[in-house]
Amino acid sequence: MRWIGTLGLLSLLALPVQAAIDPFEFDHPEQRQRYHALIDELRCPTCQNQNIAESNATLANDLRQRVYTMVMDNHPDSEIRNFMVQRYGDFVTYRPPVKPLTWLLWFGPFVALLIVTIALAIWIRQRNAEPPPQIDATDRERLSRVLAKHSGDS
Amino acid sequence: MSPKRKRSLLLGLPLLGFVAVLVVLGSGLGRDPSLLPSVLIDRPLPEFQAQRLDDPEQWLSPADLHGDIALLNIWATWCPTCYQEHTFLNTLRERNVAIYGVNYKDDREAALNWLSQLGDPYRFNIDDPEGQLGIELGVYGAPETFLLDAQGTIRYRHVGALDEAVWEREFLPRIRQLEPQS
Repeated sequence: MRWIGTLGLLSLLALPVQAAIDPFEFDHPEQRQRYHALIDELRCPTCQNQNIAESNATLANDLRQRVYTMVMDNHPDSEIRNFMVQRYGDFVTYRPPVKPLTWLLWFGPFVALLIVTIALAIWIRQRNAEPPPQIDATDRERLSRVLAKHSGDS
Repeated sequence: MSPKRKRSLLLGLPLLGFVAVLVVLGSGLGRDPSLLPSVLIDRPLPEFQAQRLDDPEQWLSPADLHGDIALLNIWATWCPTCYQEHTFLNTLRERNVAIYGVNYKDDREAALNWLSQLGDPYRFNIDDPEGQLGIELGVYGAPETFLLDAQGTIRYRHVGALDEAVWEREFLPRIRQLEPQS
């Protein structure tokens, strides 16, 4: 009966099974790769926050079909991406293009970082430029007395 | 600048930045994120060749929609909101609004039945059984209604049911702008 246990343990080593059934056939592995890269990158307009690879919406299905046809017709990736953007807008791509409308999105964080760095530098310089607090002669004498007394304690 | 003023400026700037961020983010709060702007505004209707729903012998192209300021309504019998919207489309028809339809990813028989039972507000319907014209138009959910000018240029798109409120708020002002000044 020991072999059953061994078998059970061995089954834990099984690789996760790819459950997705790909209804499409490709002539080259390169086409399959392009197809998958594209549907991963395109966002489903109906079911937001899913790409068209994940979504079960009929529209996502139609768009996968269209991407497949275009890949098989040897359209370059950029053309397929443009095709979608021209119909569904920048929304369909998870990588928005750099243009005046998206400048804030792309460069905003760096600008904010720059501003904060400059502000921090100014603040630190100012703090260092401040003269150290002054104490007068009587205070200084008192201080050295206290310090002398306590250094004797330890 | 006195140190005191400098200090208040240093403290004030982040506050100002914070308020700016609040305003920007706050303005987005009221918006419905599921409404996507159409990229086709002010562009001509995309090229297509499609059959007429009630007469498959007849092939339609964008030129068939030229001539009048018109609505292009994307609908299907499987779409509950389209059912809800249909009465208002009939009303618009009575007001002599030109409406063309795209029967989107639907069954021809079912669609013709629907029109004979609920009334037919359309000048004609374009049959789009595979949703190919839908993709050209960037349709992502029926019903959608496009406003076309007399040259067949897309002027506006509304996603969701058309009703009196939407009609008066979004469509009428645009139609008045498009109409030739007399």
